[in-house]
This record gives sequence, C-alpha cells and structure tokens, in this order.
Amino acid sequence: MQKSAGNVTSMATAIHEVTPQEAAANPPPEAVVVRFAGDSGDGMQLTGGQFTLSTALAGNDLATFPDFPAEIRAPQGTLFGVSAFQINFGSAAIETAGDQPDVLIAMNPAALKTNVDALKPGGLIIADEGEFGQRNLDKAKYDANPLEDESLGKWQLLKLNISQLTLDAVKPFGLGNKEALRCKNMWTLGLALWMFDRDRAPIVDWLKTKFAKAPELAEANIAALNAGHAYGETAELGAQGVGQLHVPAAPVEPGLYRTVTGAESLSLGLVAGAQLASLPMFFGGYPITPASAILHTLSRYKEYGVTTFQAEDEIAAVASALGSSYAGSLGVTCSSGPGIALKTEAIGLAIMTELPLVIVNAQRGGPSTGLPTKTEQSDLYQAVYGRNGDAPLPVIAARSAADCFDCAIEAVRIATQYMTPVMLLTDGYLQNAAEPWKVPDMSGYAPFPVTHHTAQPAEGEKFLPYGRDNKLSRPWVKPGTPGLLHRIGGIEKQLGTGNIEYSPANHQAMTDLRQNKVAGIDVPDQAVELGEEGGKLVVVGWGSTYGPIHQAVRRARKMGLDVAHVHIRHIWPMPKNLGDLLRGYENILVPEMNTGQLKTVLRDQFLVDAKPLNKVSGQPFRIAEIEDAIESALA
Amino acid sequence: MNDLTPIKTTPKDWETDQEVRWCPGCGDYAVLKAVQRTMPELGVKPENTVFVSGIGCSSRFPYYMETYGFHTIHGRAPAVATGVKLANPELDVWIITGDGDALSIGGNHTMHLLRRNLNCQLLLFNNEIYGLTKGQYSPTSRVGTRSPSTPFGSVDRPASPCAFALGAGARFVARGIDVHKNLPTVLKAAHAHQGAAFLEIYQNCIVYNDDVFAPFTAKPSAAMGQLWLEHGKPMLFGSEKAGGVKGIALDREALALKVVDVVGDDWESAGVLVHDQTNRSVAHMLVELGEGFPVALGVIYDDPRPTFESAVVAQNKAASEGKVADLQKLVSKGQTWQVEKEPRVE
Repeated sequence: MQKSAGNVTSMATAIHEVTPQEAAANPPPEAVVVRFAGDSGDGMQLTGGQFTLSTALAGNDLATFPDFPAEIRAPQGTLFGVSAFQINFGSAAIETAGDQPDVLIAMNPAALKTNVDALKPGGLIIADEGEFGQRNLDKAKYDANPLEDESLGKWQLLKLNISQLTLDAVKPFGLGNKEALRCKNMWTLGLALWMFDRDRAPIVDWLKTKFAKAPELAEANIAALNAGHAYGETAELGAQGVGQLHVPAAPVEPGLYRTVTGAESLSLGLVAGAQLASLPMFFGGYPITPASAILHTLSRYKEYGVTTFQAEDEIAAVASALGSSYAGSLGVTCSSGPGIALKTEAIGLAIMTELPLVIVNAQRGGPSTGLPTKTEQSDLYQAVYGRNGDAPLPVIAARSAADCFDCAIEAVRIATQYMTPVMLLTDGYLQNAAEPWKVPDMSGYAPFPVTHHTAQPAEGEKFLPYGRDNKLSRPWVKPGTPGLLHRIGGIEKQLGTGNIEYSPANHQAMTDLRQNKVAGIDVPDQAVELGEEGGKLVVVGWGSTYGPIHQAVRRARKMGLDVAHVHIRHIWPMPKNLGDLLRGYENILVPEMNTGQLKTVLRDQFLVDAKPLNKVSGQPFRIAEIEDAIESALA
Repeated sequence: MNDLTPIKTTPKDWETDQEVRWCPGCGDYAVLKAVQRTMPELGVKPENTVFVSGIGCSSRFPYYMETYGFHTIHGRAPAVATGVKLANPELDVWIITGDGDALSIGGNHTMHLLRRNLNCQLLLFNNEIYGLTKGQYSPTSRVGTRSPSTPFGSVDRPASPCAFALGAGARFVARGIDVHKNLPTVLKAAHAHQGAAFLEIYQNCIVYNDDVFAPFTAKPSAAMGQLWLEHGKPMLFGSEKAGGVKGIALDREALALKVVDVVGDDWESAGVLVHDQTNRSVAHMLVELGEGFPVALGVIYDDPRPTFESAVVAQNKAASEGKVADLQKLVSKGQTWQVEKEPRVE
C-alpha cells in the first residue's frame, strides 16, 4: 500500500475543478454518505478502506465508521455476521461519519435487513440480487424477498446480479467459483468509483502490491474492478435514476495529506513523543480489541528506538513497561477497559514509585467483555477514580483520529516532566475510523528532552530519591548510575529519602504531595471551540463525540441559537479556567456515550448543573440527536 | 559492564543502612548473608545490580541490598524484571520471590520468564507457607497442612517448584537450603548461567511453619536426607556413620531412579549414576524424588540456550539496519497527496 509520495502527488493534481456554469446548473451536494454492508467474509472493510483512499485522493474531506462483528467469520449470511463500513465525504468540513446514509450497498439479505432502516428516505439501495436466494432470505429471517415486494418502497432500489456479473468478469482467469466470488467486493467498488467519479489507478496499484505473490488474483480483482466501473458507464443506469455524482474537493489548507486511523496516529504520536523526550520507548502490550493495532504498528518502528514486547497478560504488559521506565526508558502500555482493570494495581505502583508511564485505553462497550468491537466512553470513571487508595493520575482524551497524534505527545510530555503515569483515552471508533490528516511539520514541535539524574550529592549529604523539584517531581535515576543507589517500592515512602515509612504524619504529607503534584500539572486553558464565552447554553464534550457535537452546534448557531461548544482534552487535572468558563453559561449540556460520567465529574469539581445526554448503543452520536437536545434545552 | 576487570568489594559494601525487619531466627537472614557474601566473589558492581521482588516476607530483600532495588507488587516481579532487562540488558538482574508470590499469584509470570529465558537469577524462597499474612497454607504446603485458612488440614496437592520450572522450559534449575554452607556455591552457579537461573531455597519460617524441612535438614537426618549434586561426580549420599553410603542408580526396568548401597569406594559397580547437569530427562527424575529418597540439592540442571534479551536486541538491530530514524519521513509515510491551493472558493 506504500507508494512514493511523488507518484501520488501527480495523480492528485487531476482534481476536477467545477466551472461556475457547471456549478450553477447542477449544484453539487455538500456531502454524501455511503454505507457498504455485507457478510463479514465479503471484504467490506477492505472495500470501504479503498473507497476512502480514492475519496481522499480526490480532495474530499471525509470521516468513516467501520462497524463489524466481534466474530472473525460469523456463519455466512446471518444477521449477526454483517460487517459494514460507512463513509461521509464532501466539499465542506466533515467531522462525523454521517447521520443517515444516502446510498446503501447491500451484498446480501442480512446486510439489507440490518442496515436499510438507517437509510435516508429516498436514498438509494444497490443490492446484489444474486445473493437473494431462499437460503439467504431464510437466514436473514425474511418471509418474502424484499427486492420483489413493495417493502422497500420509500427508497430507490437498484437490483444487480453482482455475483453473476463478477463471475463473468473474472472468467478468463480460471479461478474456482469461491475465489471468483471473492472478487465481488472489487466489482462493487468499481461501480461506486464510477458513481462518484473516482480514479481507479490507486486501487489498481494497491491490488498489484497486495497480490504481488499471486498475479492471477491481482488481475482477476482488477478485471472485476474495471467491470464494475464499466457497468456504470454503459448500463444507462440514469434511466433507473442512478446518475454519476461529482462531489467537489473540500477547501482545505494547502499541504501534504494522508489518511490516518486513530491507532496509526496515536502510534506515531508515541514515537514522536519519545523522540522529543530523547528516550527509547518500551511498549508492553497484550492483544485486545480494539487496542491491538497500536502494538502491531509500533512493532514495525524499531529504528526509532522502539522495543515492543507482547507480554503473557495485561498485568505483565504494564509491569514490564513500568520496569523499563525504572531502567530509564519511556514505558508505554495500551489496552481496552477489561485490560486496564487488570493493569490497575501496577498503575498504582507507578503512582507510588512516581515513574513515567503512558497507559492508552481504547475504550469499548462494557462492562466485562461487553461489546468488544463497538465504541463507548464509559471508562472515564475508571481513568479518573478507578484505583485503590488516593491515587491521582493525569487523564487526557483524544477527540479525533488526527488528534490522537498530539494527545500522545502531550501524554509523553506530562509523564516525563512530572514523573507520573498518564492515562490516554481513545475509543473503538477513533481507533478504526480514518480521516485525512495534514502531515505535521515536526520542526514545529518543541523538544522536551529528559536528562536522567546523575549528579552526586554534596559532600556529607545523602542522595534523596524522593526529593522534589519545583514541579514536585522526583529525580529519575537509571540503575547503572554510580553513587545514587537506592530502593523503591509500593510501600509508603518517607518524604525525601524514599525509605519505608508508616508514620501518620508522613502518610498525610505524601498523600497530599501526590495530590498536589498532579493537581499542579500545567495544562492549557480551556478554549471555546465554537461560539462565545458565556451565553444561554454550552455543549460540553470529550473524546470522539467532537464531530457530532461540533456539527450540531454549528447548525444550531446557523439557526440563530445561542449555543457554544467546549471540548475537554485534559480530563484530569482539568483546565484551571474551566469552572469559571462553565459558570458563564445558563445551561450546560454534556453528551456522552455513557450514562453521564463527565457530567458527574463536572458537577463534583465545579458544583454546576451539568445536564446529561447519554447514548450507549455502541454507535456514535448522530448530529441530529444532539441538535434536538440543543433545541429542547433552549426551548 | 564492558570493563571486564573484576570489581573488588566486601560483603559490607552490599549492606544497606536499613534495619532488617524479619522475625528473629527467620531463614531469610541466612539467605541475605549468603548473598552478601557471594556478591564480592562475582566481581560485579553494586550499581549495575538490580534486585526486583514481589510481595511477601522474602520480597523485603531488596531494601537490605546496597544495589538498585525495586519492591514491586504481588507476583509481578518477573514481569517488572523483564522490562528492566529489556530496557538495559547490561544490568545484572536478580528476582527475589516466595512460594506464594512465584507459584500462586505470579505463577503465570514465572512460567513465561523461564520459557523466554531472560538472563537473570530467580531466587524462590520456599517456606511452604504465607508468612506475611500470618500463616495460611501455600501452593507448596503439603496435604494436611493446618493453618488459619485450613483448620482441618489442606486437601489440595502441592506444586513442586523445580518440576514446574523444568516444565516451563527452564535451562537452569537448582536447589539450596537457607542455612547450608553450600548456598554461595549454588548462587555463584546461578549467576554464571547465561539465561534464566531458577534457584529454589528451602527457607525455614520459624513462626508459622517451623522445622517443616527438618526431616532432611536437621543434623541427624542431613546425611541421609540430602543428595548434593555436582557435575561429573557420582550421585552419592549418606555416610558410614549415618548408616551407610548410598547412591542413586537407574532402575532400567521401571525407567526410574533407585537407591543402591555402595560398598567402600566402589560406587561404579553399584551402578551409581554420574551427574550430568545437561541431562534433562534425569533432571526431571531428580526434582521429583519422593518417599524413600534424599532431596536433590545443588545444580540439578544447567544447559544454556540463547537468552531472550539477546534475541530481542539482535532483532531490533537487524530490523533497524540501514534505516534512519527520521520523524518527518515517518509521519509522511503511506499514500499521501498534495493540496496545492484552495480548490473551491466558498
């Protein structure tokens, strides 16, 4: 999938510029939402990913929402085995994967049944009628073939025998029936590329690379792709109301762009953070959905001083990371809620021994195993409060795939400057969703190099491993350093010496110190994303709800409503101005994908009347849901 | 560590100013002394030495060693030590753990440390009891052990630490006794081994499990109860005074070990086996000697294999070969596109 930048750049110049005459005659839609849905073995995620790439290359802004089952290969044709990929792309700023699809591509009856209700009234269904046989209809629990009766009347329906058309297209390559049908997704992608006037060349290149070892498969897939495209061109779909739609490129800042998922940008941010801190990175991980992609990504970056370790369990993953921090590296671990629960005791040890550690939590639906592949924001309590003892640690939440990069750097900065574990929250949606990312100029990031403590104590004095600097941070001494030998551990420490000390006054002093150290962390003042400081209503969010909140507030403001958007990155400690800022509004609305966790923290910290808007369906908020809540809050 | 000149230290150099807080008469004192006596003989620097422990009486050990030390959490010392060693393979890492720490709550980490073969010494203080929590039975307690949590006697069968270690793939397995004069010799062998060295130390808990090892450690029974193994030497135990010299031989029909009498010096004709510390099959039999046998002590098995951290370092190096760490290049990877100018004016 990798290509030289130069090669791609030349393609990107082929962006079609709409003439004023064209624009006036046929005003282009600002945004289009397409959902690909099929069996989990149909390659829908791959199709969606490639469509995303071609859309990005065409200059649209976009956001995606991959939604797939926890089962790797659920039984074919079943309702629970449906895998979907939604993309919202347009000529204006896109911040969500879109409320309702305009186009649904359904590869079988189960995909149609589970997805059609989301489709916008009047929207277009493209269904592979070749898959609508009795067996698949039974599996999808359809009494009658929905393609043949009136049940889909409120939508536009385009029935195509994609299976047969694919078999015809790949016939010359002599594949078996099963392998030939696997090319179905490329045929469909070809048709979608035609519909939205997209370039096939990057997909063709990608297929050639992907199937470099099996050129006949590459050729067959390319043939299917071309056939799907050609079908659109020649079949006069216009007669059925299906035309080609050109969505012009979005006005974006000039520069170099790439698409990035949260998992990718977070991994890059960690690498960048370690480099800015001048530290080698040690990453201890254990496979868990949806966090594993970070382990996979980082394991390829060895030349950046990254050592990755797949531990025997979540506990060993964090414990080894902490051990590496003790030895002078930047220790990093990541997981999702259940794994974070297992790591909790070791995180307490990191707090007690005051060692830097970055803990990433890619949240998913809970409790327990919950919804492994669905998104949720329900680990905020766990991050802020979820440890034994008075055990404060800084918590940062990323708002978008691209924002994961800066948040990871911020987490490394705080961990190393303050000698503390830091929790970085993302979620399943952020991990998997892709968006265009303006490649950052690394020279714009100020380094924060760590120098391990090596200075010997003055004559007649003893080295104080629990001594303090002006940030209340203690010295970081690497084992191997002569003259500074000392012991640390989980038992309460004497202020200064770090020796075991159980006295009441000392425990009071150390508890206060740990509290004050974290409370005193320098976090930027809270800004208002949209709207004014003070007014009738503020919508306060955190994490991946950024997109829908921002769009909802934007729309409400266009309607003249007095509403602002505040989005909190620093969950703990909170920005110093946040309390006053919130008190400046008459109403506070907090949309969250949980039962009201940030709301509780805001009420607790600032005694403000924060009102919740909650959704825990495993699906991100729709813009309209937040818009409605804004309207009723101001009614 | 690159400077190979032996470092001259005395046992005193390895003592901290901290007051030792074990119960009077605890076997841990003897182990601490043995370690502090052994360190100078290893010719290593205190600042390059790290003691990592879990939780339990024995895990207080690092506070008393004038080295770097990390007293971690229950059962996790092997995992923390893995991070320490991977971050800096030059460090000499010792893990101090107990029977509950290493085989109950931390059994998983012990297993994986051994199978990965991290270059370190793991000293398992086995007192067959939970001391620090006031005397509950442990995973090595014998069936029928009466304790606060098993007032009618424990019913579950104990784990055998050395059999566990061999089963997990350990390449060095040894046993010692807290107060025995041979302990420094075994410690030195463990340190000399490149890879994970597993050393079980029978340690007497004077408060909650006193004399549990007396059947083979007490003076009168020591000669008949202890089989001290030495590579290349016959497996002999007992003495004329204690009731005769005996040896360990192979019962070829049962494919098991047996005890044979040795007349005079003629162990050969009695069929006594010569200890080959690289023989894994015999090691499996030696760690499981039961009723009617002495306890196998000393270096039972020692056959090194490449260490985990050396493989990690080698792979990191090979994968970085010829590549430059260029952050700007890294973030610009993948399929990129250039936006030259605003494509549409709103």
